[in-house]
Amino acid sequence: MIEVKDLTKKYGNFTAVRDVSFEVEKGEILGFLGPNAAGKTTTMRVLTCFMPATAGSARVAGFDTFRQSLDVRRRVGYLPENVPLYLDMRVRPYLEFIAKIKDIPSRDRRRAVNRVIELAALEEVEHRIVGHCSKGFRQRVGLAQALIHDPDVLILDEPTNGLDPKQINEVREVIKGLAGDHTIILSSHILPEVSKTCERVVIIDQGRIVAGDTPANLDARLRGSQSITAQIRGPVNEVMDLLKKKDGVVDVKTRSSIGDGLWQYDIDVLPGRDIRSEVASSVVGSNWDLVELTTAGMSLEEIFLELTTQEEEGD
Amino acid sequence: MQGLLAIWGRELKAYFISPIFYALSTVFIFIVSFMFFYSLQSYTQYFMQVAQYPTMMERININEMIMRPLFNTMSFVAVLTLMPMLTMRVFSEEKKTGTIELLLTSPVRDWHVILGKFLAAFTLYTAMIGLTIIYPMVLQVYGDPDWGPIWAGYLGLVLLGGGVITIGLFASSLTENQIVAAVICFGAALILWMMDVAAESMTGMLGEVVGYLSVLRHYNTFEMGIIDSTDCLFFLSFIFLGLFLTVRSVESTRWRG
Repeated sequence: MIEVKDLTKKYGNFTAVRDVSFEVEKGEILGFLGPNAAGKTTTMRVLTCFMPATAGSARVAGFDTFRQSLDVRRRVGYLPENVPLYLDMRVRPYLEFIAKIKDIPSRDRRRAVNRVIELAALEEVEHRIVGHCSKGFRQRVGLAQALIHDPDVLILDEPTNGLDPKQINEVREVIKGLAGDHTIILSSHILPEVSKTCERVVIIDQGRIVAGDTPANLDARLRGSQSITAQIRGPVNEVMDLLKKKDGVVDVKTRSSIGDGLWQYDIDVLPGRDIRSEVASSVVGSNWDLVELTTAGMSLEEIFLELTTQEEEGD
Repeated sequence: MQGLLAIWGRELKAYFISPIFYALSTVFIFIVSFMFFYSLQSYTQYFMQVAQYPTMMERININEMIMRPLFNTMSFVAVLTLMPMLTMRVFSEEKKTGTIELLLTSPVRDWHVILGKFLAAFTLYTAMIGLTIIYPMVLQVYGDPDWGPIWAGYLGLVLLGGGVITIGLFASSLTENQIVAAVICFGAALILWMMDVAAESMTGMLGEVVGYLSVLRHYNTFEMGIIDSTDCLFFLSFIFLGLFLTVRSVESTRWRG
């Protein structure tokens, strides 16, 4: 649905985006992750035909963003970082105006406006002046604006920026509900955001893509080994021996007794191996108590920091 | 086309929502009214003085003595003070609030956006000018003005306004700051205005060229009641050039980001 090839964008001498390539399949939600000023917004602006690329190409829904700009714009819904609202208009007339400039024929306009008002749950404020609405409602009006022409592709720049946790959840639910029918790219510098809503994550830093994969794979790929944390009630030495003998185990450490004969073990495992079920069955087989068994994966937050700091060190 | 009309409609409504239009039209009407009253008074005084000399009476002309000063005032007030304030927000505000991103990523061509905005400002300006038609109507009740030159004057005023609106749009497309946009528009309009004076002090080819570019000189023929195709063409190309530059300027915002 979206193909970006060797995209470069320069502002004067400053290169905002450098040789970025990625693809997004139909119906997928792609997360665009990166610190501020990493080039997320620039990439999105190229995809939405707000600005042309300096080099490279971007195709959306089969159309080139530069040569067939109007065709692309008809198929893309865009929520910029600063929600583009006319603060002196009322919500419904604003959406009606958007419907007009998005080329919705007059007979369908009313239905389109009603649809997004329902979708973004704006019934309460539809007659209110946009400037008088709360931040959360404004964000939802922005989302409604992006959805009004039922676009194939949705590009959302920091859709939950500045919202309170409840509002973040509401917006996130709306976005999740849209997946499948729509191809979505959303950017964020807030990590849980991306890992919760996106199937795939592209991490971008200083204009370059530093990693791109599913949140889970990124996690696995980044670690030399994975680790498992287990809490087992049983004789420490015997448990250690048993765990060390397991295939794929690199190292086992115990931290301390948690009390009542319960010990916590950190088990380092070769990457890509999941030995949790084997551990469970052998512990239970030896008549010890298995109280807890979890993979201690690196959180996206750690990955993100690691990747972006590596980049800095490289420079 | 739908996009153009939508933008035209929204812009027009925005003018009426904000207090700018009300403030500007009030000031405008106030100044023009004062000027009308003043001209009318001096006309009646003059009329009284020369009433006993029939030869002098033939030279007295309502159009020349009342409508011309009125057109002069209107053009001066409208072009140099109202226009910059009317057009300064057109693009600057959209740039500042980020709505420009919405317009430029919508399936509307750039020149439709600009033409829609131009037409909105132009409609409003014409309406403002239209309010002043009350003065020749007052003259019609008590006297016998010649309507030909009056319509010509209004045509000139409308064309002149259209031209200056495009300067305002262009200025507004250059900056996020409304005040800066207004100052640029005012400065440019003033320079065009003063070219007439400049032309007089220049000789030869240069003087002729500068004189031709003088907005005031072309406008004056309309004021005199002459509709010359040269002047019409001058203002139409002025409007066209202004719109063209604005389209280019908006396009360049895309490149520069």
